[in-house]
Amino acid sequence: MNDTAKAPAAAGRAAAKKELPEHLKAYKHVWVFIEQERGQAHPVSWELMGAGRILADKLGVNLAAVVVGARNEATQAVVRESFNYGADLAYLVADDILTDYRNESYTKAMTDLVNAYQPEILLLGATILGRDLAGSVATTLLTGLTADCTELDVDAEGSLAATRPTFGGSLLCTIFTLNYRPQMATVRPRVMPMPERVEKPIGRVIEHPLGLVEDDIVTKVLSFLPDRDSTKSNLAFADVVVAGGLGLGSPENFQLIRQLASTIGAEFGCSRPLVQKGWVSSDRQIGQTGKTIRPKLYIAAGISGAIQHRVGVEGADYIVAINTDKNAPIFDFAHVGIVTDAVRLLPALTEAFSKRLSPHQRDRLAS
Amino acid sequence: MHIVVCMKQVPDSAQIRVHPVTNTIMRQGVPTIINPYDLFAIEEALRLRQKFGGAVTILTMGPPSAEDSLRKALTFGADRAVLLTDRFFAGADTLATTYALATAIRKIGVEFGPPHVVFTGKQTIDGDTAQVGPGVAKRLGLMQLTYVSHIDNVDLEAGTIDVERRSEGGVQKLRSKMPCLISVLEGVNEMRIGSLSDALAAARATIIKWSAQDAGVEDITKCGLRGSPTIVKRVFAPKPRAEKAQFIELGDKPGDAFVDELFKRRPKLESELEQLTRGY
Repeated sequence: MNDTAKAPAAAGRAAAKKELPEHLKAYKHVWVFIEQERGQAHPVSWELMGAGRILADKLGVNLAAVVVGARNEATQAVVRESFNYGADLAYLVADDILTDYRNESYTKAMTDLVNAYQPEILLLGATILGRDLAGSVATTLLTGLTADCTELDVDAEGSLAATRPTFGGSLLCTIFTLNYRPQMATVRPRVMPMPERVEKPIGRVIEHPLGLVEDDIVTKVLSFLPDRDSTKSNLAFADVVVAGGLGLGSPENFQLIRQLASTIGAEFGCSRPLVQKGWVSSDRQIGQTGKTIRPKLYIAAGISGAIQHRVGVEGADYIVAINTDKNAPIFDFAHVGIVTDAVRLLPALTEAFSKRLSPHQRDRLAS
Repeated sequence: MHIVVCMKQVPDSAQIRVHPVTNTIMRQGVPTIINPYDLFAIEEALRLRQKFGGAVTILTMGPPSAEDSLRKALTFGADRAVLLTDRFFAGADTLATTYALATAIRKIGVEFGPPHVVFTGKQTIDGDTAQVGPGVAKRLGLMQLTYVSHIDNVDLEAGTIDVERRSEGGVQKLRSKMPCLISVLEGVNEMRIGSLSDALAAARATIIKWSAQDAGVEDITKCGLRGSPTIVKRVFAPKPRAEKAQFIELGDKPGDAFVDELFKRRPKLESELEQLTRGY
């Protein structure tokens, strides 16, 4: 009973496309929700500004940044920054009640803005915050929401065509929200390329009141414990990534991935089955339901390369795949393939790299 | 305390294959399982019942065969299971799904007492949207607590609940009110092995089956395909890239051969890796 279940019946329904109801024709322009917590904009928001710019230009409409946050200098800085990433205008709801993310207050801010200014497309990052917010905003507005899109486009009639993996990541599907507005979609971090930042003067900013007082909000934030930097995985932004899959054969062999990664200064990751089996923690998962990576070098060891994984790594500059099965789908999108058992090759790689990359250490040992 | 868990029966996606020639999904024989993320929700519900007493009701929407997963959920010790099944529900997207589930939860409230907490998993492994939980919360006016990693405290008298939830870059400690909807983060508990008596009871149990009408659906146009604002226009296999991987042979000194080959093909990588490893 998910989006995928109705694929067979979709053709008939799509053919019977109705004219957009009159009251929804007023919905114009593309909006990007600029996610920020404690004055820090999430990079996914700028990536979405890049994607939003393309959609807005195709439709011949404006691109607006939507900023929701505390009434302070940090929020203002995020508004200014949105113009450097291509906003034609910005909408702002600034209130100290919005200092911490809470579903109730942010949903109110967003739905009020949509109802007042009527965008045709609303994009959000598929982050923890973005998913929590998008689901309740779409339900409040009773409109369509497509999660985790990997491609956004507009068709000849100006409808948003949102493409995402389906069937557990083995196929792609294109989803439309035809007779409802706004058309909402979320996109995972690092899926869209980061657009160029061009210094620009601040443009038009439309402020909208929140219309809530603290007493109206049921949920209270007791405290916030930031993650320790040492425990954070920097996978999404790493220049080099080494990852392992089921081909490793046992949880103990995952150690070989960690060793190679630490030797070449890489972050380590894994494919989805290893997380489902509990071999590796979920913050290390690469793919549609894990992290999307864009490294300069990606080494995939014992990973077959289902779409689920593929969409998470296609942004890599150079992909090296190691797999025993020469017909594995990973060889369809890797640049270089080695048909061998990763468990046997990995220690040799670690050794060879450590010889080549630590000359200081080698010299010291020699003297 | 009355606790409802929304659960979904899903195809075991690890076992779905694409036909190499026709590029179509081979669904025959793919076993169905309880959505793995939902197991954490079921376990968390059972733990709350252990502490505060009451009952756990499992709810699912799906084809008649979803009864198998409900019976499985009963073996863990849930008190009753409701299967929402009707052809009117077929083809529902997330918005239409939340309408049906919210309607059924209202009906469960009337029949078995209003729930204090509605649990869901973080997301399903087939749809992967994480949208249904928030949608159900919004429709029922429940406080929405997603990605919860720990329930710190429940004060039944005051009606408050304290939770820890994962947020970007840290953990939020929240105090909210019941009734609420909690989506449970994966890995926060370990599913129990049901007792023998629960297994026996599950085998004998009657699964409550509701049609749209039984559940109290008033507007059938809000259900299934008709009630779905999104439509799937095209399902397709990804384009194979024009160029496939170049296979390289590594010989009897595979490590050195690999490093040579890599730096020959991508000369810049050598200095980049040097930089990354400086200080190691």
